[in-house]
Amino acid sequence: MRSVESVIAARKAAGGGALVGYLPAGFPDLRTSIEAAVALAENGVDVIELGLPYSDPVMDGPVIQAATLTALTAGFRIHHAFEAVAEITSRVDTPVLLMTYWNPVLQFGVDRFADELLAAGGSGLITPDLIPDEAHDWLAASERTGLDRVFLAAPSSTDARLSQAIEKSRGFVYAVSTMGITGARSDVDTAAKALVARLRTAGATSACVGLGISSADQVREVLQYADGAIVGSALVKALADGGVTAVASAASELATGSTLS
Amino acid sequence: MALRDQSGPYFGEYGGRFVPESLIAALDELDEAYKAAKVDPVFQAELAHLHSTYTGRPSIITEVPRFAEHAGGARIILKREDLNHTGSHKINNVLGQALLARRLGKTRLIAETGAGQHGVATATAAALFGMECVVYMGEVDTERQALNVARMRLLGAEVIPVTAGSRTLKDAINEALRDWVANVENSHYLLGTVAGPHPFPVMVRDFHKIIGEEARQQVLDLVGRLPDAVTACVGGGSNAIGIFHAFLDDPSVALYGYEAAGEGAETPRHAATMTKGRPGVLHGARSYLLQDDDGQTVESHSISAGLDYPGVGPEHAWLADIGRASYLPVTDDEAMSALRLLSRTEGIIPAIESAHALAGTITLGKQLGPESIILVNLSGRGDKDMETAGRYFDILDAGAEQS
Repeated sequence: MRSVESVIAARKAAGGGALVGYLPAGFPDLRTSIEAAVALAENGVDVIELGLPYSDPVMDGPVIQAATLTALTAGFRIHHAFEAVAEITSRVDTPVLLMTYWNPVLQFGVDRFADELLAAGGSGLITPDLIPDEAHDWLAASERTGLDRVFLAAPSSTDARLSQAIEKSRGFVYAVSTMGITGARSDVDTAAKALVARLRTAGATSACVGLGISSADQVREVLQYADGAIVGSALVKALADGGVTAVASAASELATGSTLS
Repeated sequence: MALRDQSGPYFGEYGGRFVPESLIAALDELDEAYKAAKVDPVFQAELAHLHSTYTGRPSIITEVPRFAEHAGGARIILKREDLNHTGSHKINNVLGQALLARRLGKTRLIAETGAGQHGVATATAAALFGMECVVYMGEVDTERQALNVARMRLLGAEVIPVTAGSRTLKDAINEALRDWVANVENSHYLLGTVAGPHPFPVMVRDFHKIIGEEARQQVLDLVGRLPDAVTACVGGGSNAIGIFHAFLDDPSVALYGYEAAGEGAETPRHAATMTKGRPGVLHGARSYLLQDDDGQTVESHSISAGLDYPGVGPEHAWLADIGRASYLPVTDDEAMSALRLLSRTEGIIPAIESAHALAGTITLGKQLGPESIILVNLSGRGDKDMETAGRYFDILDAGAEQS
C-alpha cells in the first residue's frame, strides 16, 4: 500500500496535485458504497476519504447529513466501515482514510479502532471534531500503528495552531477553505489560498484544501497552490442522484482538473 | 481546591473542547473576554444593573407549606426564578453573554432552544441590545412550544425550525454550531446551558450562580440555617448548577438533580442521561451521554422540551462521579402530577421542567422528614406549557370537566 503522503507527493511531482474524494460508508447501502469508492479510485481519485456515518455531524452540510442519516437508518455499524475499507483496499491500490467524528472512535476504543483500521488496510483518520490538543490517545495509537492522522487548519487558526496542526498531522493537513461546513460552493474562498500560504510558511509540505470544491475548474484552481483538492458533497450528490455510474463520471470529470494542463 | 473554584476546561475527566478547528479562535476569544469581564468592575456593574432594573433580581423565595404537606411535611422553599423577566432562569446567562458579545463587537446572536425559554430570553436580549437574532429550534419543539415561537418572532428574532435528526434540542444545537462555524466573525453563539466546549460550561455556570448565592442567604435569613437539601431539574443542567454552586462546599447540604425519565428510565423513551448514559463526546464536551454501542447519540424523550436532551453538562458528570450531587430520574407522569399539585396547593404554575424538581422533592421530603428543609429551584413558569398540560389533563375543550 502506498502512503497518502507519497501519493500526494508523486502527483505533485508529476506537475498536478492529488484529488481526494469523499463518500460515506454505507450510503446508499454498504455494497453500493464500496462499489462507488472503487469507482472513485478507477476514475482518477488519488486518495479516498471514507466517511463514517455519525448521528451528530456538526461539520457537515445538508447533502452529507442526508446521506449519513440514510446509512444509519439502514443499520450502519462501525464494523461495516472496516469491512468497506478492507474490500476497497483489496481491490484498488488507492489509500483510504476514514473520516470520523470522535465519539464513535472513543466508544469503540481508540486502540481497538486503530488496530482494526490497520488490519483492514486503512491509512489513517481524518478527525473533524478532534483537535490535537484533545488527541493524546489518538496520537499514541497512531504512533504505535503508524496510521496517518489528518488534523484541520482553519483560516481563523493562529500561527501557533497552524504549526501544531502541521507537526501533529501525518499524510496531509486538511486546510479548511472557508469558514463553514461541507457543501458545494460556486467559488472557493480566497481564504484558502491565504491559508495554504500561511501553512507553507509554517513548514507544511502536504496540504490539501477542502470544503466547497465541486468542479474540475475549482480543483485546477486549488492545485495551483495546494497539494491536494478534497471533493465531498458533489460526489455524494452524484451518487445519490445517479448511482455508481454517475459518481464514476463525476470523479473522472473532476480528475481532469488534477492533471497538468 | 474548593469545589466552587473549578474553572475548567476540565471537570475531572469531563469537559474539554471537541469541536472543529474553525471554532477554536472564537472560543479562545470568548474565553479571554470572559476572563477579563469576570474581574472587570465595569462589566459586573453593568450586569448587576441589568439584573436589578430588567431581570427583576434578586428573585424572591417562597415557602410552600400546603405543597409540603404532600412531601412528608418537610419545609419546602422555592427559589422563584419563574418570576424573572421572560419567565425563567435563562435570562441570567443570556444578559451576561449578550454583554460579552457586545464587547466582542458581535452584532448577531445565535441560539438553540428546546422549550423556547432560552430562545425567548436570547430574543429579548437581542431586542434590548439592538442585535440580530437567529434561534434554532427542533421542529418537534416548535410544535409543542408554539407560543414561545410566537414570542420570539414578536421580539424580532428569526426562528428556524430544525428538521434534521430527532428534530429536538440536540439537533438545534448542531444547526447552531454549523451557523456559528460559518458566521463566527460577526456572530456570537449564545449557548443556553452548561454544556458545549470550554468556556461555555464555566461561563454559563458563573452567570447562573447568582441563583444559589441569593438563595443561600435568603434561606439563612428565613430559617437561620442552611437547607438540608437543594434540588433542581437537570436537562443540560444550567439551573441546577446555578443553584448548586453556592452550596458545593457546604458538606451538610445534599444536592439532588432530577432528570427526565420520560415514560420511565427502564423504557427506551427517556432523557435520563446520568441514570442510563455513559461517558462520551457530544456538542464539544466529554460528559455523560445517551448513546448506543457505536457511540451514536440516542434520541431522548421527555414531555418537557427543555429536558429533552441526551447529554448533560460536564460539571454535573463530575459532581456525580465524586459523589457530591445525586441525580435521579423523574417520569413524565410524576412531573405532571407535581405540576398540578403546586398549582392547586400554592397557586403557582411551574414549568414542566421545574415540575421534575418538585416531583423529586416530594419523594425526598418523605425520606428526610418534617424536620428537614429543602430548597427547590423553581426555574421557570408554566405559561408556555398550557398547551401540553391542557392536553395531558384533557382540560382544553370548552366542554372538558375539571379533572
